[in-house]
Amino acid sequence: MQVMPDSIAENMQSRQAPRFLPCGDTALCVEFGDSIDRRVSALVLALAGRVEALAIPGIVELVPTFRSLTIHYDPSVLLQTELRAKLSPLLSDLEPAEGAGRLWRIPACYDPSLSPDLAEVATRTGLTPQQVAERHSAVTYHVYMVGFLPGYPYMGDLPPELALPRREDPRTKVPPGSIAIATTLTAVYTLESPGGWHLIGRTPAPLWDLRRDQPVVLQAGDKVVFRPIPLGEYDALLAQAAAGTFRLEPEERLDRGGRA
Amino acid sequence: MKPLLKVVASGLMTTLQDLGRHGYQRLGIPVSGALDGVSLRAANLLAGNSPGTGALEIAYQGPTLAVEAESIRVAYAGGTAAIEILSGEDASSGVRLQPLQSARLRKGQILRIGALSGSAVGYLAVEGGFDVAPVLGSHSTYARAGLGGLEGRPLRAGDILPLKQQQADDRQERMLPSLALAPPPHIRVILGPQDDYFSNEGKRTLLESVYTVSPASDRMGMRLAGPALEHARGYNIVSDGTAPGAIQVPGNGLPIVLLADRQTTGGYPKIATVISADMPALGRLMPGAKVAFKAVDVAAAEAAHRQHRADLDAIADSIVGVRAAIDAAKLLESNLVSGMIDAHD
Repeated sequence: MQVMPDSIAENMQSRQAPRFLPCGDTALCVEFGDSIDRRVSALVLALAGRVEALAIPGIVELVPTFRSLTIHYDPSVLLQTELRAKLSPLLSDLEPAEGAGRLWRIPACYDPSLSPDLAEVATRTGLTPQQVAERHSAVTYHVYMVGFLPGYPYMGDLPPELALPRREDPRTKVPPGSIAIATTLTAVYTLESPGGWHLIGRTPAPLWDLRRDQPVVLQAGDKVVFRPIPLGEYDALLAQAAAGTFRLEPEERLDRGGRA
Repeated sequence: MKPLLKVVASGLMTTLQDLGRHGYQRLGIPVSGALDGVSLRAANLLAGNSPGTGALEIAYQGPTLAVEAESIRVAYAGGTAAIEILSGEDASSGVRLQPLQSARLRKGQILRIGALSGSAVGYLAVEGGFDVAPVLGSHSTYARAGLGGLEGRPLRAGDILPLKQQQADDRQERMLPSLALAPPPHIRVILGPQDDYFSNEGKRTLLESVYTVSPASDRMGMRLAGPALEHARGYNIVSDGTAPGAIQVPGNGLPIVLLADRQTTGGYPKIATVISADMPALGRLMPGAKVAFKAVDVAAAEAAHRQHRADLDAIADSIVGVRAAIDAAKLLESNLVSGMIDAHD
């Protein structure tokens, strides 16, 4: 069962003790759970914030994921026992916090010509394609993590009626910008890549753009709403994106807890 | 005129690599970098560069490069290969270039590197480095995303590689008497992070079997052929972060060791992780090579890491100057080195 954002703080009693998992001698994983869960995610992001604020010498980088924080470090500077000793006090009174909470409105075109799996998703969920698009764009998503591809955001949670398992026949090539759903999650393919999720739309927004100083737009902890656009606007925005003149900006800061 | 190296033939998979692109994994951007950081450092030090300078990583079959600069200085370290310097006019009469020794090439000369043996990779460093803009702080090529290197991809025939230095510095050549690149008897691992997803039998299989490097391996992962590893509770996990050397095991039970271009997160359980000191040796393994794993604890891995750092530092100290007219390799063989080779620095 998915924990809703406003109940994050109320579910502390079900919290399991975090575990340290060695990942060789250059990384340590702090695991808070084994599910996709907003409360677990908020603990991961809270720890990432604390570790970052401490600026511990020897820590190279942090990778927050659904359920754990992977800490990459330099064993020439920091031993794993030392790292554990520095982390333990940060864990004892850790409160869930989802971070900065930037809200992004991402244009999404659900036109059939850009949505190869929309009809099938509609059939399998007992909805019309229009209803799938409406429900997909009615929710504020939480970016749990970025991975798989540069800039690929794992976002959730989907309205329960849209949840489907991954495709049985993954595609070898998914076009960049494809908006996809699978299980309880939605994502945007930032690059052409193989992929097994259902493609229900396309965004013209460049979520991976090497011409930018910061080539990746979405980061773990961000919030996303898809804004439905017609095909004509998609084409116009895509042309702007190609010319480098379409820049997505976060719309507002959110209160902690992630309510839009 | 801009000093250049022109790619006459690309080799099988030649990419610009340095020590990797750190700090962007949380954005899904892999680290990349040299598969064999030992040879990369050696080639750079011989060429007169700082050890982590971007150099050409050559996999399996080397490129042919034409010098379009007044002069350049190069050095090669890594898998054994025939390296020839050909004059433009007479391509049949090659002069052998020794590995682990710098050499100066003149305009019009052609450098031809043959097939590699003993290691899957070798590194060609050019004095001063390549004049290519770093992407996110690194020259490393990550071809899947078109990132870094030369246009984000392996070299192709006809490519032009701009060089930083107009001509080779006027100085003595350098050589390294030896560089230990032979495969160790075991690749050492630390169990975890998800060893609890495997049965005791599965863990024993990993540590007691001999695996063979599959030809399907690439810079992202080394696929191993051999006995399948038994999972204890499924083979899908909720995705988490990956470390270099993580041994992930998908549903078919066959291990994949994650290498330089590994994705930053993954959804397969990882039974063990190769220790950092053994990653260069792992990166050198050719398809068909045998691999056996041995479990160590974190403290042993950290001790191995310190030894590895000391070995890397010792490379710089071992480099000696070579008088131009002397065939240093021959002298070494006949133990006549003393007095003929000047210690460098």
